Amino acid sequence: MKIAVVGDYDSILGFKAVGLDVCPANGAEEVKAALKRLMNDGETAIIYITEQAALFADEEIAECRDRLVPALIPIPGREGSLGIGKQRVKSSIERAVGADIISGSIGEN
Amino acid sequence: MATAVRGHKLLKDKNDELMKQFLDIVRENMRLRIVVEKKVEALHKSFTAASAAMSPEGLDQALMLPKQSVTLELSEKNIMSVHVPVYDFKTRLAGEGILPYGFVNTASELDDSVREAGDLLQDLLKLAATEKSASLLAAEIEKTRRRVNALEHVLIPQCQENIRTITMKLAENDRANTTRLMKIKDMVLKDAHDFQ
Repeated sequence: MKIAVVGDYDSILGFKAVGLDVCPANGAEEVKAALKRLMNDGETAIIYITEQAALFADEEIAECRDRLVPALIPIPGREGSLGIGKQRVKSSIERAVGADIISGSIGEN
Repeated sequence: MATAVRGHKLLKDKNDELMKQFLDIVRENMRLRIVVEKKVEALHKSFTAASAAMSPEGLDQALMLPKQSVTLELSEKNIMSVHVPVYDFKTRLAGEGILPYGFVNTASELDDSVREAGDLLQDLLKLAATEKSASLLAAEIEKTRRRVNALEHVLIPQCQENIRTITMKLAENDRANTTRLMKIKDMVLKDAHDFQ
């Protein structure tokens, strides 16, 4: 199984050096195409996506959500964190519990 | 009815246990996410520094052929019948050191950032596993909660209502029967003995 990184070239260059598969993608079309390819090739277990690119790919993220493979994980891009990742954790808490009960206490630590 | 109540109890227990596991995982998830986001941002900063010190072409060339390759073993773990992924990754180095380039023509900032990226890998992987587990568990909890609620608020009250109706009907029948019997007894006695 492979690990892939999707995002703009500058943001993901660093991951290339440590041996991850990088898929440079700019703009909505390219991001969607890259994600489709990675999600359906059956080889990729984890896809890291920059938050900037994740903005374009709501459908794909929703589709991955309940699948075991692949895991689609947003990471901050070069322009910094947009809080999408934290928002995802919060939304899964809300989904399970019905209300966001712990993020306040953890956020402070 | 007994099955519904037992099912309800079982599901409720399952939900409680899932919730317990979920909260542990989600706490870990939040912690890791904060750590990873900080590290990734630091990595971007140092890469920016490196790219400022080098030409874009030089940077491309230096990183063109990564020395380290990562393979990932995927296995599943079962938490309360929810399958969550467990990642086990192996890195393979084609030679000594992680740096895929010579020191000539490259900035020292690049060395640091590549090393940082290498350190980051472990955390990134843990984050992926916990985050996926958290979202799968959340989905399962939601499903279980729906079932618990359906049983608690729909099926069980319905059963109870049915039981009440049937009990009342049966009691009514019983009373009708008793009065009928008394009436018949009266009539039989009257016939036999002309008894008033």
